[in-house]
Order: sequence, then structure tokens, then C-alpha cells
Amino acid sequence: MVDVKRRGFFGAVAAGASALALSGCKGLSETEWWPKVLASAEGLSKRAERLVAGSWALAPEFSKADIAPEFRANGTLNPNTPDYNAMVANGFRDWRLEVGGLVAHPLKISLSALRAMPSRTQITRHDCVEGWSCIGEWTGTPLRLVLAQANPLPAARYAMFYCDDPMGNPDLSGNVPYYYESLDLVEAFHPQTLLAYQLNGQDLPVAHGAPVRVRAERQLGYKQAKYVRRIELVESFDRINGGKGGYWEDLGYSWWGGI
Amino acid sequence: MADFRSTGSRAVIRAAGAFNTTIGSIGSRLREGREKFKMREVFYRHTLPVRVMHWINAGVLVIMFMSGLQIFNAHPALYWGRTSDFDHPILSLTATQDAQGNVRGVTQIGDWHFDTTGVLGASNVDGQPAARGFPDWITLPGPQWLAMGRLWHLFFAWFLVANGAAFALYAFYSGHFRRDLLPTRTDLGHLPQEIADHARLRFPKGEAAKRYNALQKLTYFAVIFILGPLIVLTGLTMSPTIDAAFPQLLWIFGGRQTARTIHFICAFSFLGFFIIHIVMVVLSGTWNNIRSMITGRYAIEPAEPSHG
Repeated sequence: MVDVKRRGFFGAVAAGASALALSGCKGLSETEWWPKVLASAEGLSKRAERLVAGSWALAPEFSKADIAPEFRANGTLNPNTPDYNAMVANGFRDWRLEVGGLVAHPLKISLSALRAMPSRTQITRHDCVEGWSCIGEWTGTPLRLVLAQANPLPAARYAMFYCDDPMGNPDLSGNVPYYYESLDLVEAFHPQTLLAYQLNGQDLPVAHGAPVRVRAERQLGYKQAKYVRRIELVESFDRINGGKGGYWEDLGYSWWGGI
Repeated sequence: MADFRSTGSRAVIRAAGAFNTTIGSIGSRLREGREKFKMREVFYRHTLPVRVMHWINAGVLVIMFMSGLQIFNAHPALYWGRTSDFDHPILSLTATQDAQGNVRGVTQIGDWHFDTTGVLGASNVDGQPAARGFPDWITLPGPQWLAMGRLWHLFFAWFLVANGAAFALYAFYSGHFRRDLLPTRTDLGHLPQEIADHARLRFPKGEAAKRYNALQKLTYFAVIFILGPLIVLTGLTMSPTIDAAFPQLLWIFGGRQTARTIHFICAFSFLGFFIIHIVMVVLSGTWNNIRSMITGRYAIEPAEPSHG
């Protein structure tokens, strides 16, 4: 008798638990609060990774032999707006990179001025959040040199990148969101973080973010904004769209793109 | 008529007699069973920390596996080496269209291609056939949702690591590792006999049932102390920040894409372990085993007298 009762009890527990688990996981993902609980691990992951990588650890660099025959382009492949197409047509001669926000000296830099600055060339691995990797050779101006020229104010904590590629269709108020991303100043001042204008020795192709994209080699691909037009130093993301610091972040991806 | 009645009553009497013997035999069986139950020794098999960590691990592993497949579905292909050679994946789950315009799922492993429509490569999503690596009933969450899969995976990864580290510490300090998990030379000598016994579904009784046999020790040892660390380290190797901090990981595993492939193989090794584990639990006494992992108490059948 005891055994039979116990069987009933364990059976009920097992059946209940699995039914709860199956229906629960889907439902939980759609609640407001559960994704916030899950996202609480992001801070832990960031702190743990920063603990071991610090501001100094360099992303591995590779040899020419490792360069991928086909470097996959992902995300926007061509902004294809009238403004952008006009810039492509005249070789980005009128393109200016604006640096503003919490800086003492706002800047407007032409592509030729950017290319005239000291450059760095590195063969690194690009890791997409989807799981694939490509190795390529990037040449560009270290972002820290540009930021140093602009002279960040003490309150500045993040570099926001505003880009030229529209994402999707206009919303109800007729606004088209353009890609935006951010790095904190540790990552922005990292020696391998570049405003890259060359891939594998050639001018950056349109599909890869011409004329200039961010390379932040210790981060996943979506952190490395393409078609960068304006850099703004900010104290927080609170008043920037969804408040999460980036286009994909506002759609649920983690701001910390180190894993 | 009278004849009929008398045969009828004789039949009733006979039936009643048979019923009485049945009752009698049930009674004697019950008595026998009670005797046998008294003879069964109830043995305290699993300590409380082991039981708690076992169930945490069970839940976390299921979540890790299912959310891992959700992440895999974002790019359902595996490569060997540092970079992704998109034209030559070692495994891929893709979808194509046949001449009639139907969506077909294709699983490619090396040079082989299999039609796996309905399960791998293409399966029904909301009743409609769609391109999809693994089907929605095995991914967490069900619909294609990479950001949410990553949230689940990278949250419960911390529990997997914390629970695994707690178990390792407990096992080493309590003696559980040395006493119960580390295979001895004598254990290994029994291995051929145990494989033969397991193949015949003959499980140890009496004193022998109190200890893990060599097969169990080797399996638990390999899963906990080889597969566990391997899946964590290959997972970490996929992180670009960790690769900056510990580039040795890339050297050990032969590149990020190889690490990703090993991570995948480890996940399916865990699945294989899980299936065999459940089958063994059922074959060797479902409720006795589950009870022993909940209350700690495990009933042991007396050993059969040896056949000289």
C-alpha cells in the first residue's frame, strides 16, 4: 500500500513538473519580469570577463595565411539611401565624421584626415553572435586617438555610434531607426579598437560598412557598427531610444557583447 | 433440468474452491513478499548535498541543452578550425525546395546528405513547414529567438558552473570522489564481466549493490570530470573576450570553430548519457532509484545463493 501511494505521488510530481516545465519556459520568456531575471547574469558575465581580460588583454592576431577566402558581410549590406548613394558616387569626399557629446572639443573629420592619422593594421577574427567566424585584415585609426583629440569630459562613460544604415521600415510616426551601437570607454580606448577604413588591403567595401566601421576585437559582431557617421560621448543610455545602448540591445540582445 | 442444475451447482462449488485457492495463494505470496521486504536491506545511498546538486544539475542541463540548440539554430552549421569555411561545413542542417515546391530538410555530414524533413533542416512552425535547424519542440524558447536563447543559456551557465564546482569541492573533501567515483584497479579488472552482465540486464544485488561498479564509476567519472569541464571550456572559447584573456584555449582546442563543434559534440554526449542513465534507472528499479535520489534510501535485494 505504502509503495502504491508513493508511486502515485512520484508519478504526479514527475508529470506535473514536466508539464509545468514545457508550458512554463515558453510563457516565461514572454513575461516582462523573467527576461530581466535572466539578463541579470549579463552584469556578472561582464565583471567576470573584465576581471580576467582587464583593459589590456589583446585579442589574438593571426597570420596572412589565416585570412578567410570569403569574409561574410552581415546585417545591412547597403544602406541604399539617396544621401548614402551620393556619398558613394563621389568617393566619400564630402563625408565627415562628427565627434561630439561630452567632449571639450567637438570634431568634424574628413576621410582623408582620418587616413592621415597614425594607423594600425591587424589580422583578427570576427565572431558573429550567430556562431560563425571570419578572419580578416583590418586597417584603421585607433579610436582612442580620435577620442583623445576631442578631449572627453569627466562625465563621459560610453561612446555612442550613430550610423548611416536605416534598419527596416518607418514606424508609426514616420521615423526610420538608423543603426546605433555603443562601447564603454574601456573598450573604446583599447589599442585594437579601430575606426577601420580598409579590409584585406582594400578600401572598405559598401557591404562591410564603407567608408568607416568600428572594430572592437574583444566583442561580438553586432557591437562593431558599420557606416559610422557620428560618435557621441554620453553618461548613460537612458534617453537614447529604448535605453539599452544599441539597436539590437533595444530588441533584447545583451549590451555586453564579450560572450 | 435437474441435471443441469446439479452440474451448475458443482461448477459453482468448483469455482468457489478455485477462488479460495487463489485467495490462499495471494495470501501466501503477500506473506512471502512481506518476508522478502523485511529481508531487503534499506541502505542510505546518497547524501543530502549529492541529492540536491543532482536535481539542480538535471534541471540546468535540460535548459542548457535546449537553449543551446536555439542558439545553434541561428547558424545551423559546424566547422573545423579557426574560421568558418562556409562552402565546407562538417555538418549542416539546411532547407531546400523540391520540384513540387515543398520545403525539404537536408542534414549534411561531410559528404553525406540525408533527407530529414520534419525534424532537422525543415520542420513545422505553427503548422507551416519552415527552414529550421532543430525543431521547435526541442529548443528553448520554441520559436526562433536567438536573443532569448542566449539569455537563458548564459544565465543558467552560471548555475551549471557553480553547481559543478560545488560538487567537485564536496566530492573531494567528503571522500565521495575517492570512495565512490574513482575507479580502482580491481574495478577495472571486473569490467569485462560487468559489461557482459549489463548486456544481459543483470544488475548487482546484495553487498555489491551498495557500491558503484566499474562501469558506473567510469561513466560518472568521465561525465563529471571530463565532459563537464570540456563543455564549459569550449563554451568559454567561443567568447572573444575570454580568447583575449586566455589565448591558450584557442591553441588547446584548435580554433574557435573547432571549439564550437566540440561544444556541440559534448552537448550530444550529455544527451546520450542522459538517455542511458534514464534507461538504466528504469531497468534497475525506477522507484527505488528515484526514491534514493530524493530521500537517500535505497532498498537492496538480497543476493541470490551462489550456484557453487
